[in-house]
Amino acid sequence: MPSLLFCGPKLAACGIVLSVWGVIMLAMLGIFFCSKSAVLIEDVPFTEEDIRNDPPQNVYALYNQVGINCFIAAAIYVGVGAVSLCQVRLNKRQEYMVT
Amino acid sequence: MFRSEEMCLVQLFFQTESAHTCIHQLGLLGLAQFRDLNPGTAAFQRKFVKEVKRCEEMERILRFLEAEMARCAIPVSAVVDSGGVTCPRELLELECKIRKLEEELKEINCNHDALKRNFTELLEISSLLKASRDFFEEAESQLSSSELPSEDSVSIATIRRNSSASTSGPQKLGFIAGVIKQDRFPAFEKVLWRLFHENFILRHAEIQDTEQQTENTMVKKDAFVIFVQGDQVQGKIKKICDGFRASLYPCPNTLSAREQMRMSVHIRIEDLRMILRRTEEFRATVLTKAATSIQHWVNKVKKMKAIYYTLNLCNIDITQKLIVAEIWCPVSDLNSVQNALIKGSEQSGSSVSPILNRIHTQHTPPTFNRTNVFTKGFQTIVDAYGVSNYREVNPTPYTIITFPFLFAVMFGDCGHGLVLTLLAVWVIVQQKKLSCCRSEFVVVLVEGRFIILLMGLFSIYTGLIYNDCFSKSFSIYGSSWSVRHMFQPSGPWSNETLHSSGHLTLDPAVPRVYSGSPYMLGIDPVWNIASNKLSFLNSYKMKMSVILGVSHMLFGTTLSLVNYIHFRNFQNILLRFIPELVFMLSLFGYLIFLIVFKWCVQLRSETAPSILLMFINMMLFSYQSSDVFLYSEQKAVQTFLVLQALLMVPVMLLESMGDIFAYQAIYTIEHCLGCISNTASYLRLWALSLAHAELSEVLWRMLLRGGLRCTPGLGAVLLALVLCCFALLTVAVLIVMEGLSAFLHALRLHWVEFQNKFYQGAGFKFTPLSFTSLLKTQP
Repeated sequence: MPSLLFCGPKLAACGIVLSVWGVIMLAMLGIFFCSKSAVLIEDVPFTEEDIRNDPPQNVYALYNQVGINCFIAAAIYVGVGAVSLCQVRLNKRQEYMVT
Repeated sequence: MFRSEEMCLVQLFFQTESAHTCIHQLGLLGLAQFRDLNPGTAAFQRKFVKEVKRCEEMERILRFLEAEMARCAIPVSAVVDSGGVTCPRELLELECKIRKLEEELKEINCNHDALKRNFTELLEISSLLKASRDFFEEAESQLSSSELPSEDSVSIATIRRNSSASTSGPQKLGFIAGVIKQDRFPAFEKVLWRLFHENFILRHAEIQDTEQQTENTMVKKDAFVIFVQGDQVQGKIKKICDGFRASLYPCPNTLSAREQMRMSVHIRIEDLRMILRRTEEFRATVLTKAATSIQHWVNKVKKMKAIYYTLNLCNIDITQKLIVAEIWCPVSDLNSVQNALIKGSEQSGSSVSPILNRIHTQHTPPTFNRTNVFTKGFQTIVDAYGVSNYREVNPTPYTIITFPFLFAVMFGDCGHGLVLTLLAVWVIVQQKKLSCCRSEFVVVLVEGRFIILLMGLFSIYTGLIYNDCFSKSFSIYGSSWSVRHMFQPSGPWSNETLHSSGHLTLDPAVPRVYSGSPYMLGIDPVWNIASNKLSFLNSYKMKMSVILGVSHMLFGTTLSLVNYIHFRNFQNILLRFIPELVFMLSLFGYLIFLIVFKWCVQLRSETAPSILLMFINMMLFSYQSSDVFLYSEQKAVQTFLVLQALLMVPVMLLESMGDIFAYQAIYTIEHCLGCISNTASYLRLWALSLAHAELSEVLWRMLLRGGLRCTPGLGAVLLALVLCCFALLTVAVLIVMEGLSAFLHALRLHWVEFQNKFYQGAGFKFTPLSFTSLLKTQP
């Protein structure tokens, strides 16, 4: 079957580092959004009438939505990390076979 | 580490036979710096100059061998230094060996080049023959149809093959065949046309042979055949071909002769190919054999050259039997030096052990600070500004803590600090693998790995204090401010207040808005979403910078006291240290007192006096009746302090009368004005931390907020992409660029504002003869 290797060792290592950063940061952001932290209020896409409600159920729903988005993006990065790990292993194997 | 080591000048006497081994042992020890006992003699007049030249010649040959190995892609095995001493006899043998190797290699290369040239020629001939076959066939067909009397066929009709055509008449047709570079061909054709005006036929074809060039770039060549009549013309054409550097080859006329030539050329090509391959294999064998020990030889030669160079610095006495050397060495290591010498003389088999004689001298000894792998980086950055004087206080132990701390004050972000720490940990773990890399950037990174580690750890700490992590705050303990209690029934706000105003202020006078106890560690997280965040933070960071700056400078001044005591300079204590201290304390120490006092005292913010204005009025002695004071008797205290500071100025001037009064005046002015300017210089701590915080916030707002706010459908994919850009920009701009900037400014604060209070920095560094550092540096 054709070679599954499509990036060199340095790009694969960068991919692993980036995906670790992405997973950790997005997971924490997701947790903070789901616990409705006040510091992140500016990052939630609410509109004028959402605020006028009391209790602000719309805003809470939006918080949850953004939180779920973050978790999905974290899952995407888990995938990217897995692919990069495969690339690193394939690179090592190719290096071993050539010498 | 506190101050540089005590050094002593030692005279060594050892026998000439044991000179090599003794110096070798001292080189392995790495604790002796040889003084030059023949400073007047030029390099070519020294005793061992011939040996040094021989070593350099050997180095040249070894470099040539290494280049050849690199060219033929033969790996050189790294060799661990065995530490054995080479005597001069072994060096002679080595010299013979590598000279022979060089000659052999040169011969092989020469032969190889000649063979290659031959090979190229044969290839050209074979392609020429192949191409010219088409020309001659074409010429033959034209000859058969040349009975047509046409205008241009007048010249064409004269094409005739020599063998078949009768040689009647003055028209004897000949041809010239050769090979020329393709880019020269148009010019060649033009010249021929200009000279001979259609009295010739020129045919050319590109050589498709790709076999030719393997090492050089592909040079395209054309094969050409020129049909002309007359010998003189042929001679002229030959000259033109020479001018254009076309190679001409004898080409036979008949088809059968050409075929025969092709066969023979083909056979010769195959033979040459095999010979070339054998030559290359032989060369590879020779080089591989040498590659196993070349590193060892290089090390040996380097060491011998260093030993001869050191011997040039020593004195040989009249009887030619004794060598006298003077070395600087640390007093605490005298025993090890003696042991090394005894071992050296035992190795050479001499009966007399070398004599050590410690002598007193007026010369200033070199500065030697013993460092370990952790402190080495910090000592390097202190030495970069100036090596400390002999036995002066060494600023390095304090720099280990204050430098990363001042960096962190300017960098202050948990997230970025964490990334920096992880980078440093990775470099520390991978240090062995990374130290083989020759790139200068990687070398600097590896040498400074502990500095970066400390910078990262301190940045995490200041990030927690500033409560800043990628520009967002953590609320670990819960904020001390509560917005809910501003609403009715406990506070004045109602729904209409919310809808009518754009900005609202939390009033701490309303009960339970402010919980009474401040946030436990750092800045309250409520400030992150306040719109007047910057006014509060600016005031806080400016005051903190001034406090840190004045403390740092006071610490520098006390270090100068330590220096004065050590050098028994009591006059300077009275006339320099005490006035400096009093001046700084009464003005800037009082400023710090005001800042802290104002923080501790409860004030109404509308009527609180500005510290800066109070300070300026204090210096100008201008007190209005409407002034608000922080405490009673403030006017009296301030007047006293300023007068006291002013009184110190003549004391500083008084230090010595006479001709160096001008120097004293300069010193006094420099110190007094310098106090103010240096204190203001520390405000860069505020400026850089503000820049870093703002850049961080802008990056979040412009980049990540866009990704977070987009919820419909594929919002998660967009968020993933946005986070990738965010990470890359964070590393490139906020960590690398801002990190370098903060590093530079923290370094400047140390070098200028801190060290000019006490540091002389005019010493010279202790550079012992050390084989480990010699072998590490590449030529």
